[in-house]
Amino acid sequence: MTPMLGIMASAISGNLWAPAKDYDSIATTTLSTTASSITFSSIPATYRHLQIRLFGQTNRGTYGGDNFYMRVGASTVDSGSNYAWHMVYGDGSATGTGNGTSATYINVLNGGCLGTTAGGSFGEVVVDLLDYANTSKYKTTRALGGVDDNGASSGGFGRAVGFNSGLWQSTTAINIISLYPMNGTNFNAYTSAALYGIK
Amino acid sequence: MAAGNTYTQIASTTLGSAASTVAFSSIPSTYTDLILVISARGTTVATSSSVYFTTNITGANYSNTWMVGTGVGAASGKYSNLGQGYLGYISAASNASDSRGNVIAHFMNYSNTTTNKTVLSRGNVAEAEADAYVSLIRGTSALSTITVGEGGGNNFVAGSTFNLYGITAA
Repeated sequence: MTPMLGIMASAISGNLWAPAKDYDSIATTTLSTTASSITFSSIPATYRHLQIRLFGQTNRGTYGGDNFYMRVGASTVDSGSNYAWHMVYGDGSATGTGNGTSATYINVLNGGCLGTTAGGSFGEVVVDLLDYANTSKYKTTRALGGVDDNGASSGGFGRAVGFNSGLWQSTTAINIISLYPMNGTNFNAYTSAALYGIK
Repeated sequence: MAAGNTYTQIASTTLGSAASTVAFSSIPSTYTDLILVISARGTTVATSSSVYFTTNITGANYSNTWMVGTGVGAASGKYSNLGQGYLGYISAASNASDSRGNVIAHFMNYSNTTTNKTVLSRGNVAEAEADAYVSLIRGTSALSTITVGEGGGNNFVAGSTFNLYGITAA
């Protein structure tokens, strides 16, 4: 038998779940036109963790995939050499890895996680920033992301999925986060970035 | 500033008996993203079994790219122009009887009618592999149904759980 689930089925079975109220939407940016960066500022320190959910595409015109980099800070983003990152990805043919140390940003999934003008797809990325307001330790991030264009583009990670870890070597609480396209100059319209707080 | 709590359970089932597919129908369009959480085991005789999915967007409009680590090596592959997408692997009949694999899948902007849809997921089978999948659904219709199936052509065992959540952006 194939169970058919939906609101009605859940109500009948009494399985509706009482939300724990521990996951809040803080802010969202959905682009109506291109933008060279997306910034979340004045982030309250009242949560334990943050999560960014990005549905995105850049204006890169030559390859099917792109990625983005992230900077964080307190009031202003830190562009110093205070970041590090590692990642592993699969591009549909092989796996690869990458890393950066004493970097000026966290490279989020260099293997490809955003769509492009050339490939036509939108990628998805979920970034977690753990203990972002803690003032006793460096900040760590992790990301899962990917993009698939059904082979519409040739090369350039139009098809890729991977993981990433990131580090900001500062004990300062984070209250600003900026995202920038890596190869394209802009995020395209319909790109959406949403910031959530987890208590 | 914070717009308030979100992450709401839309539907939940625990299989009382083995089933080859589980369908979520009449999914409201009022959320921004959907998250599907599966804890399951397949009856396929293997150390892992894939989980596929279809939606109300039909036809050979699905493609995906994957990456897997098995403890022996890592690999990546892709499929194009299929009639279904894939979310990852779960436990199967050759694993310990009580073992379950899990899959967490993200359907972002599922109700927008402007862009194609992308689905991002992770699968875990502790005895066999860890994997990640990204799927493209070429279609601009809002997703209103999602059906998941045991990829070996067999069943999910009784006790397998399937939970669909909705989250709303500010």
